Amino acid sequence: MFDLTGKFALVTGASGGIGQSIAKQLAAAGAKVGLSGTRVEALEAVKAEIGEGAFVLPANLATAEGAEQLVRDAEAAMGQVDILVNNAGLTRDTLAMRMKDEDWDTVLDVNLTAAFRLSRAVMRGMMKRRWGRIIGITSIVGVTGNPGQTNYAASKAGMIGMSKSLAQELASRGITVNCVAPGFIDTPMTHVLSDDQKTRLLGGIPAGRLGTPEDIAASVVYLASEEAAYMTGQTLHVNGGMAMI
Amino acid sequence: MSDIAERVKNIVVDHLGVEASKVTENASFIDDLGADSLDTVELVMAFEEEFGVEISDDAAEKILTVKDAIDYIQSQQG
Repeated sequence: MFDLTGKFALVTGASGGIGQSIAKQLAAAGAKVGLSGTRVEALEAVKAEIGEGAFVLPANLATAEGAEQLVRDAEAAMGQVDILVNNAGLTRDTLAMRMKDEDWDTVLDVNLTAAFRLSRAVMRGMMKRRWGRIIGITSIVGVTGNPGQTNYAASKAGMIGMSKSLAQELASRGITVNCVAPGFIDTPMTHVLSDDQKTRLLGGIPAGRLGTPEDIAASVVYLASEEAAYMTGQTLHVNGGMAMI
Repeated sequence: MSDIAERVKNIVVDHLGVEASKVTENASFIDDLGADSLDTVELVMAFEEEFGVEISDDAAEKILTVKDAIDYIQSQQG
């Protein structure tokens, strides 16, 4: 439906459930895709599925050097980055009273700080070309909060505020900055929930099912498209109706 | 015209897409050459790259005209 032929995308966390679906759908729409993550074997498997036009770009986003190196690697492999999807994220869930500084710092570093560093590193090329798409995968909990996830929710809320500010700075250069906020999606991250937890969860989702990675990827492809040029600073909530914001 | 002045003017012409004849030493980036705040940041970064100098935010704020840029770069390289 949307044509991304000639565009170069960089997807972080591309070996995860949502990340690989995003990478595959961007590629299916015609984009060349850089696959970033920490697990090289898993990234190679995604590349094998996509075939030509995929590049494996291992990176450790916990450090400043790792994030900056990733953009250099992506530009070396593909020539340029037109579409950045900040999808990499991790959780270190525990109640705030028991949360260690390390749990807080790790989540903020990878989920939020790395997203900022990557955005900063790609925006110069986008500004010169007068075209760019920066898309953050945030979360419903960044808006609603969730017990046990003070760190994760803060990182995801931070991503929304960061994106709105970036959107205002970059709009005049043809660069849009938006977020997609998944609700509960059927991925390894949610497989850890017990059946009892899942049953209760489903009671709060009008659609009556968990979301799929493809549900999220479709929103990303739209935001990356030419057709979404006038949409910026927004967050698309894709959650089966569990929160209507 | 000095080599630095020539290179600064080339960057301004190239970046702002204005005619070379308009890029006089006294031309203001914003008032005369149509730059916006993001353009001025991009220009400063282009100067940094071209001349291998670091221009602090404080210094950048004072670079308002073509001459300001040339003078600053000359002072750093002098």
